[in-house]
Amino acid sequence: MDNPYVIEMLHITKRFPGIIANDDITLQLRRGEIHALLGENGAGKSTLMSVLFGMYQPEEGEIRKDGKKVAINNPNDANDLGIGMVHQHFKLVECFSVLDNIIMGVEPNRFGFLQKKEAREKVLALSEKYGLRVDPDALIEDITVGMQQRTEILKMLYRENEILIFDEPTAVLTPQEIDELMQIMKNLAAEGKSILFISHKLAEIMAVADRCTVLRKGKYIGTVETKNTTMEELSAMMVGRNVNFHVEKKPAEPGEVILDIEHMTVASKVHKNNAVKDVSLKVRAGEIVCLAGIDGNGQTEFVYGLTGLEPLVSGKVTLLGQDITRASIRYRSTHGMSHIPEDRHKHGLVLDYTLEDNIVLERYFEPEFTNSMGFLRRDNIRSYAERLIDEYDIRSGQGPITIARSMSGGNQQKAIIAREIDKNPELLVAVQPTRGLDVGAIEGVHRQLVAQRDAGKAVLLVSLELDEVMDVPDRILVMYEGEIVGELDPKQTTQEELGLYMAGAKRDEVKA
Amino acid sequence: MKKSFWKNNAVQSLLASLICILLGLLIGYIVLLCINPAGASGAIMAVIKNFMNYSRASLQLKNFGATLVKTAPLLMCALSVLFAYKAGLFNIGAAGQYTVGICASLYAALAWHWSWIACMLFAILVGALWGTIPGLLKAYCNVNVVISGIMLNWIGLYSTNMILTKVKETTSPYTFHLATENPSAILPTLGLEKLFSGNDKVTLAIPLSILLAIAISVILEKTRFGYELKATGGNPNAAKYAGMAEKRNTILTLAIAGALAGLGAALMYLTDFEQWQCTTSSVPGMGFSGIAATFLGGLNPIGTIFASYFIQHITSGGAFVDKTMYCSQISDLISSLIIYLCGFVLFLKTSMNSIIARNEEKRAAAAKAAAQAEGGDR
Repeated sequence: MDNPYVIEMLHITKRFPGIIANDDITLQLRRGEIHALLGENGAGKSTLMSVLFGMYQPEEGEIRKDGKKVAINNPNDANDLGIGMVHQHFKLVECFSVLDNIIMGVEPNRFGFLQKKEAREKVLALSEKYGLRVDPDALIEDITVGMQQRTEILKMLYRENEILIFDEPTAVLTPQEIDELMQIMKNLAAEGKSILFISHKLAEIMAVADRCTVLRKGKYIGTVETKNTTMEELSAMMVGRNVNFHVEKKPAEPGEVILDIEHMTVASKVHKNNAVKDVSLKVRAGEIVCLAGIDGNGQTEFVYGLTGLEPLVSGKVTLLGQDITRASIRYRSTHGMSHIPEDRHKHGLVLDYTLEDNIVLERYFEPEFTNSMGFLRRDNIRSYAERLIDEYDIRSGQGPITIARSMSGGNQQKAIIAREIDKNPELLVAVQPTRGLDVGAIEGVHRQLVAQRDAGKAVLLVSLELDEVMDVPDRILVMYEGEIVGELDPKQTTQEELGLYMAGAKRDEVKA
Repeated sequence: MKKSFWKNNAVQSLLASLICILLGLLIGYIVLLCINPAGASGAIMAVIKNFMNYSRASLQLKNFGATLVKTAPLLMCALSVLFAYKAGLFNIGAAGQYTVGICASLYAALAWHWSWIACMLFAILVGALWGTIPGLLKAYCNVNVVISGIMLNWIGLYSTNMILTKVKETTSPYTFHLATENPSAILPTLGLEKLFSGNDKVTLAIPLSILLAIAISVILEKTRFGYELKATGGNPNAAKYAGMAEKRNTILTLAIAGALAGLGAALMYLTDFEQWQCTTSSVPGMGFSGIAATFLGGLNPIGTIFASYFIQHITSGGAFVDKTMYCSQISDLISSLIIYLCGFVLFLKTSMNSIIARNEEKRAAAAKAAAQAEGGDR
């Protein structure tokens, strides 16, 4: 076979109302290579993969398998062509065993009766061959995220897929698990599988990929050999300019204690156990404290407990010397606490409201915005929104009357940050404030957090991004399985040490 | 600009509603054709003409009045559904709240001989209480409002039958006439009967319901309460995050919705236009038609006024279908077909928007291609 490419997507163009998600994009995957697809959020990576899986039909362009043009009309066609994908959010049945999940949909059977024995042998053989350690009989809900991911990989191998797509596979893993995954990917490629690795983490791409295709704002920027390039060059291709990764800030000058949490315990919604177990911490004026950890280690429940979205099982929360353990959300919000929520669509915005109505979401009842008869003072709302739009550079189609749903993610986030900071809080709780933002916007958010700190406010940052955890805060607290297992100084620690704490491999007794 | 005209929300709502009405009439016509081709055109015209089927002007006016009398309660039920819908709650229980409103107003009028205003307030109160039940269940036990609403509809119906049996005529299943038993419970006409050739069933109910529609519109658009309500409807999580009392708002919203439906019942039954039949075995359709009127009215209180009138017009018009050619249920079938199609307003609006977006894009692409071609020529 003289055609080295196993899958080619040539000149793909896919439009959606209002935007061109993919504009003349070409991606060629060689047999047996690890090919990275790099781009920021919204660059068109997901759309391109959806086209490959037949979930969208492109307006222009064609897909070739082994040099022959193919039509992919639905995910089943993609499956028949040997294309498999590990999604960012795993598609596993929690209460089924690893083996059951792997054979699901292609169960070997005789007269309708399952033949699990041969399936088990095949799975064990595969896991042996590629070094994918799993326990076929363990339930998904009992195993680690890393093992769940290996189950997903086995699912593809069991179906004898030749082309394996990994969609941001490292987002949920610890640094140690990431290393293991990298090795697995190399093993797979060595055995002749072709791998498409979607990521926006440059270090991983440099470490594992042979070639890298870069997308930016729906356009094809180029394909480079990783051995001939540098992280700086890739980064410039991805964002279109050189980015300052480091956050500039003066040394912190911590003052009095603003937030004091003692022995907080919060119940879990999914398990019988508590999600947050006996957590104590203090945040002082003029410092940024970061709560770090891998997703799902109780950070979300901790924030819910702190902000009043969920009741505490036990413990005490003191804000500015006042016990707010049982205070309402409204009370906390009007007495010095601001909260940039983890999920801006779930909690942060009423998407069908206008920008101005979203900007006053926590203040609409104040006399400035509602008169004594209960009528809204529309003119004041408008001028307040206009001021914030101006000060925080929130861009939108129609200014204050833009429907929030139609705004870009970055500007939605800017609106939330403007709303929360303009309340002039003593404590700012910022939960993954840069999630889904592009590099330029991330810089802006980090500057805002540091500015709050320098103005003598207390900032509690909850983050999953290692770079953010290392760069922004003055103190790092690591959360693992609902407990704080370590306090680190970002100036003295390393990502490796942080990783050990995040994975639960190392822990100290932390005094609040 | 032409583009912005078609994009205008009000224009779209109106257009979508009109298309739905036409589709409903068309399908109704096809059904009539299937049953009996000879009378189809006549029958569909009879439905559309309603009171215009009479040739004498005075009779026309009188029957126009009759349609209006039944429009008022329908409008109240539609407002009840709409108000809850804005808060993200589907008040299918409006039918039951309307039913207990009937029970309250008639029992107060016939058993206790209260005056119309007291009967009306009592119906509002009972309707509100009936609405509070699913509200409490939703707020504190997270019980689906639709399920509890439907169950309460039936509980309401049979309770009403049971209670109103105490004030029914001995020889028939119907409740006493207000005119003979307690004329003070009949709503004042405010002289409106003079406009409708002496139809004294045309009362305060009609202007009152229209005023309430305007009031609901103001509450939703201009007040803090409306802001909270719509925020809760749009995103309950964000409402909670913003510190709104979502439980209280849920209960209050359904109580108000219940009050509106309960008032609707009083506006109907305190005119002595109809008596309650104590053997009724189905929940009155008024509350369900209210759902259709809400959507046909483009989820806008003012639009709902016209939508309610239209639906009542069609329903009353059904009575004029030639019964020698069609069985007597045909009028209900035709009006229900149209009402059913009314539910497609939102769907049509969404399709319209995607068509507009696609056309714009094509035009933009064409313009871009043309610009490029031009550039290439040079």
